[in-house]
Amino acid sequence: MAKITIQNLTKYFGEKLVLDNVSLSIEEHEVVCLIGASGSGKSTLLRCINDLVEFDKGIIELDGVSIHDDKFYKTNELYKRIGIVFQSYNLFAHMNVIKNITLAPRYVHNVPKAEAEAYAMELLNLFELDGYAKSYPEQLSGGQQQRVAIIRAMATRPDVLLLDEITAALDPELIGGVLSIVKDLRENGMTMVIVSHEMGFARDVADRVCFLDQGKIIESAPPENLFSNPENPRTRQFLQRIIEAGRM
Amino acid sequence: MISQKPSQPSSGRRNRKFREKYLPTIISILSVIVIFWAIRSAVINAEQWPRIKAQFFDISAIIEVFPKVLRGFGLNMLVWVISIASIALWALVLAIFRSFSGAWFAPLKIFSIVYIDLLRGLPTLLLVLLFGFGIPALRIPGLPHHSVFWGGIAIVMAYSAYAAEVYRSGMEAIHDGQRAAAKSLGLSQMQALRFAILPQAIRNVVPSLLNLAVALQKDVALLSVLGVRDAVREAQIYTARTFNYSSLIAAALLFLVATIPMARFADYVTRKDQERRLQITR
Repeated sequence: MAKITIQNLTKYFGEKLVLDNVSLSIEEHEVVCLIGASGSGKSTLLRCINDLVEFDKGIIELDGVSIHDDKFYKTNELYKRIGIVFQSYNLFAHMNVIKNITLAPRYVHNVPKAEAEAYAMELLNLFELDGYAKSYPEQLSGGQQQRVAIIRAMATRPDVLLLDEITAALDPELIGGVLSIVKDLRENGMTMVIVSHEMGFARDVADRVCFLDQGKIIESAPPENLFSNPENPRTRQFLQRIIEAGRM
Repeated sequence: MISQKPSQPSSGRRNRKFREKYLPTIISILSVIVIFWAIRSAVINAEQWPRIKAQFFDISAIIEVFPKVLRGFGLNMLVWVISIASIALWALVLAIFRSFSGAWFAPLKIFSIVYIDLLRGLPTLLLVLLFGFGIPALRIPGLPHHSVFWGGIAIVMAYSAYAAEVYRSGMEAIHDGQRAAAKSLGLSQMQALRFAILPQAIRNVVPSLLNLAVALQKDVALLSVLGVRDAVREAQIYTARTFNYSSLIAAALLFLVATIPMARFADYVTRKDQERRLQITR
């Protein structure tokens, strides 16, 4: 059984159709990269998976259970098992790093403070941020903030991570540190759905790349096939533009 | 110029330094003295001045009435302090009601919207009269019937409507990403408000709330229309007895002593807040 199953997902923003009957299934330990132009619906698709965006038609299942099932709605389990990291970090500016990380474990999932903090420190050590537990987000670089955001998403020990253009707001020299964490997570078997403009990274890390255009998945293939031998003319056109822009 | 050593400035350079550094200050001081002296002379030499002075600036009258006005002013400040605390709390509740989404919360949200529309649309004086005279006149057993109490309630109700809008603007200014993060972490609507939105929103609106507090500091004098013996009422009583208005000047001085530092403090907090925001967005 697939980890995540998306069937016939349709979503409108007002009159505009943003997701057009999208189906996609993601296996456990698989890393799927969603690529496509701005407005192609890839971020919306990602945010539907953890119920951040409501959709109009279709179904999304985690381990065979709809994300709208009472099992998830009444227990916060969905948010525990799926973590998300945003482009703009979205750390809580008035809380220090350790508070940001332990907020959800302590107040949503009732983990005792000492235990939550111990796990947070473990993750901070792992990601080489151990000196920053008491720092506030504004005192950290963009790359450090994004690493804290990844740790915050990991603090509930999720089995799926959603990454929404997590390097798009970073200076080029800071991107590497964030991407290497994602590679580590992949090595440890984390199931991930990634929206990215970094084609080189998608090629490195993804098991499968899905190209979205106008709310549809046009092409879906392992990166070596999709990048070097795209079948669909629109995929070819998109990749051509990326190459011309020097981003691959 | 280039060949000269910097350690020994020429007289020309010293002269320029003097001109740049001290001359503007001297000019401002002199011009202020001249202008204000001219105004003072014009006023004092006016034919009507002795009458004006006796009517408004009679020192002995001010000294005579001062203890009573001061006691009344103490009541003004007591009402002010209690009102600020009540407004800060009640307005926050209103703003939270208004921010709710979801069918079950609709009555609270609509209550808050109607409340704010009504109370912002009415003159505070009208509310003070309505509550301060109206409710005690009902003589409902169990309810207090002091004018001060009901007048204070009227002031708190009116100002809460403004303060609630200030809170709301602060909450709406919080970036949507913070809400998305809170939701994705599984925080409920109340938890998101408590942990993520309100601490940041309140911090952002402190300067605006302080400016409301400055306005309120004067508006507590509205209680005088209820016959409450505050500073203005005490001054009026004296005026009615002696036909001398110096007592009102005494009350005015007391209000200024309180409001000017408060306004300066609000300005200072606003400036600090702007500096803090500049640093964050840097």
